[in-house]
Amino acid sequence: MNALNEYNRIFRETFGVSEDALNEDFTFNGVAVWDSVAHMSLISSLEDAFDVMFDVDDILHYGSYFHGIEILKHYGVEF
Amino acid sequence: MLTGKVCIVTGGSRGIGKAISQVFAQNGAIVYAVATRVGSVEEWSADFNQGVSGEVRSVYFDISDEKACREAVMQVKRECDHIDGLVNNAGVEFNELIGMISRINMEKMFSVNVYGTINMLQIVSRIMGRQENGGSIVNIASMTALRGNRGQLVYSATKGAVVSLTKSAAKELAEKKIRINAIAPGLTNTDMMKQADPEKLQNRINNICMGRLAEPEDIAKACMFMVSDLSTYVSGQVLAVDGCTIM
Repeated sequence: MNALNEYNRIFRETFGVSEDALNEDFTFNGVAVWDSVAHMSLISSLEDAFDVMFDVDDILHYGSYFHGIEILKHYGVEF
Repeated sequence: MLTGKVCIVTGGSRGIGKAISQVFAQNGAIVYAVATRVGSVEEWSADFNQGVSGEVRSVYFDISDEKACREAVMQVKRECDHIDGLVNNAGVEFNELIGMISRINMEKMFSVNVYGTINMLQIVSRIMGRQENGGSIVNIASMTALRGNRGQLVYSATKGAVVSLTKSAAKELAEKKIRINAIAPGLTNTDMMKQADPEKLQNRINNICMGRLAEPEDIAKACMFMVSDLSTYVSGQVLAVDGCTIM
């Protein structure tokens, strides 16, 4: 499994966006559809796909597309 | 009744938790009995597993340690791929009269009875929420939560919190097909009860309409109902298992 492809797929499906939209502007505060429900859905999909379980602090601070990659690296996911 | 189900039982090495683990395994479940003292489950599980259709496995961690909870739950998920039942049974009890309530004991009771229960509920529900059939969580409360009791101000407060969090969690997690219920045991015949003053104990038994203490198996069977598919439309409830006690 290519981690980045999988990561992007989850973002595309969770938020209904194309891959072009996944950039530094794709943040919790900057994307209207990224509400708390979508956030928990994103977290759930990521945990399932990468077989990890996030710390609550990481869930709360998971604020952007790029920051999420850094968080996943802490759990041993290689991008 | 529980064949094919994977369950976690905290405080599963002795007392009510041991009975829950055993009854579940007798009814076909794979049970992860959680304890803190390494080896305490194996003291009985190896022999016990020979004669049952399910299996009791051990897992050792402190439920008030969120990171340890997360790692243990992930271990169960990796081994079995699903988690169908959780019984939050682990608890700490210190009985102290008002004016003699120790801060250390109070923090210990809230840490295990409330925070530990929330840790496990929060982590396991994230796994259950991704499963097609959700899951069932049973929290062990106490009749003292509903009625109060002399010398149990803090303990009853922690169990009152368990009742409240059960009802709130049931409402929040119903859409994910996760049921949350509580069992409120009355006076139960555990090792702790054997140390009680016989005369005082008999006075309390006199208040039980059924005329006897609950056996741990009585509590375990109520838990089995809540975890089984017999209770698929039951959530947010507190079931008293107290032999009809007049408190």
